Amino acid sequence: MEKKMVTVYLSGELFKVPEGSTIIMALEYAGFQLKRGVGCREGYCGACATVYREKGDYKLKGGLGCQTVVTEGMAITQIPFVPAEKPLYELETLTPDVGTFTNLFPSVFRCVACNTCTKACPQDIQVMDYIQSIIRGDLESAANISFDCIRCGLCAMRCPAEIVQYDNGILARRLYGKYLAKKSPELDNRVEEVKNGKYDADIEKLNKMDRDELSKVYYDREIKIT
Amino acid sequence: MKIPYFPGCTMKTTAKNFEMSAIASAKKIGIEFVEIPRWNCCGVVSSLTSDDLMKHLAPVRNFLRVQEMNKAEAVSENRLLTLCSMCYNTLSLTNNRMKENADELQKINDFMHREDENYAGSVDVVHFLSILDEWGFDKLKIENPLKNLKVASYYGCMLLRPKEVGIDDPEAPQIMEKLVTAMGAESVEWDAKSRCCGSYHTVKNIDLVKKLVSGIINDARENGAEAIITSCPLCAFNLDVRQKEMAVKNSDFQTMPIFYFTQLLGIALGLEKSDLGLEFNAINPNEILKKYEKIKGAK
Repeated sequence: MEKKMVTVYLSGELFKVPEGSTIIMALEYAGFQLKRGVGCREGYCGACATVYREKGDYKLKGGLGCQTVVTEGMAITQIPFVPAEKPLYELETLTPDVGTFTNLFPSVFRCVACNTCTKACPQDIQVMDYIQSIIRGDLESAANISFDCIRCGLCAMRCPAEIVQYDNGILARRLYGKYLAKKSPELDNRVEEVKNGKYDADIEKLNKMDRDELSKVYYDREIKIT
Repeated sequence: MKIPYFPGCTMKTTAKNFEMSAIASAKKIGIEFVEIPRWNCCGVVSSLTSDDLMKHLAPVRNFLRVQEMNKAEAVSENRLLTLCSMCYNTLSLTNNRMKENADELQKINDFMHREDENYAGSVDVVHFLSILDEWGFDKLKIENPLKNLKVASYYGCMLLRPKEVGIDDPEAPQIMEKLVTAMGAESVEWDAKSRCCGSYHTVKNIDLVKKLVSGIINDARENGAEAIITSCPLCAFNLDVRQKEMAVKNSDFQTMPIFYFTQLLGIALGLEKSDLGLEFNAINPNEILKKYEKIKGAK
């Protein structure tokens, strides 16, 4: 049976691509060789940030190219890189409070609560809420809300206040993890076990597996949360 | 009374002593503050540009939270209570503007299309002092009267001006003085009660702020005050922290304790000392409070 095709506009140019394609699949079907703007193809890495608009809708939406399925008449453009300011810091020299953000990311206080960042987020994170948490010094809440961020950059691209939300989010998580979160003795025990070679044989076994075997054990794995 | 409460950023950082003493005092009186969920910064300084509505989104989002709380019957009030004078001012100015300009309110609601429900313009912004006044200062159960304590009430700018949002007469306010009297203390009349503390000059022009703060404290002292009360975290920072810096530099400088009005209220209501956050005050208030040894939990 003939595959049904849909019309899409890739950077303004019309293409017919198979129905059900993701944006990345559509780009490749249309003949684009992707060097940037594509990564893990599993929705984890955040490399394929894409802005699109669906036919009949006025809203520009953000999505991951590898996770968003094309629709008839969709207009698409990729944002492979965000040239945002990125301050460098030594985590060991910082304190987990709002003053750290005043120094490193003063633009965070420009937030007018327009919520455009939240609407752009392909991960459905309440981006504005974690920015607001940072402003009031609640780094625990900022770390929790921003946890699923994959740093695709769409929030920063849409922000009228030019805040680099994802860099603020990761700093909040780093500060929370290093200074504020409850320390877990289990982690120390596990690190000790690793150091003492408890898992060396298992790693050795994994290293020798081919792709199919590795894939099977990965998907068959059990995660025990006690 | 279960009233929606907007803390604002300073209540969670530099003015924790204000928040804890206010919540504890209110509880003692019978008023429950219900912190609004997912609140955002009020915007700090109300934008005076006439055509930049974006700056008014922040207050409106907070009003929407109040609207939702009322719909869910989580509160008994359609009013939004604030403690910080600056938040009170910014939220009130935007709210008035939205109530008076249907087209601007429409534009803001359109901006939030498919995001939140529309703001109907029905919420009122209210300061804790006004709630206390409405409750009746004379009805407060004062267990520990602050006898002979001479208190100067400092309003600064944001509680009074512009007069459309002022909680009292901007030229001759009396609301805090009424509270002082109700607490059994002695209210001092003075000139500097609504003089500017220097506000955000404290970031870049510290000397100017110190000059203004000296003037305010000297005026209070000349009029016989032993302590100053305020309801603005920025005024408190300038009066308290900058004063301490002056005292450190100049050993002759005679300091005057600065309180949030809720801290003295808490003492008068007989709260535990641990509820008042006095340890966060820059100028040590313990000397002056010795007389009121009835403070529970005081060492």
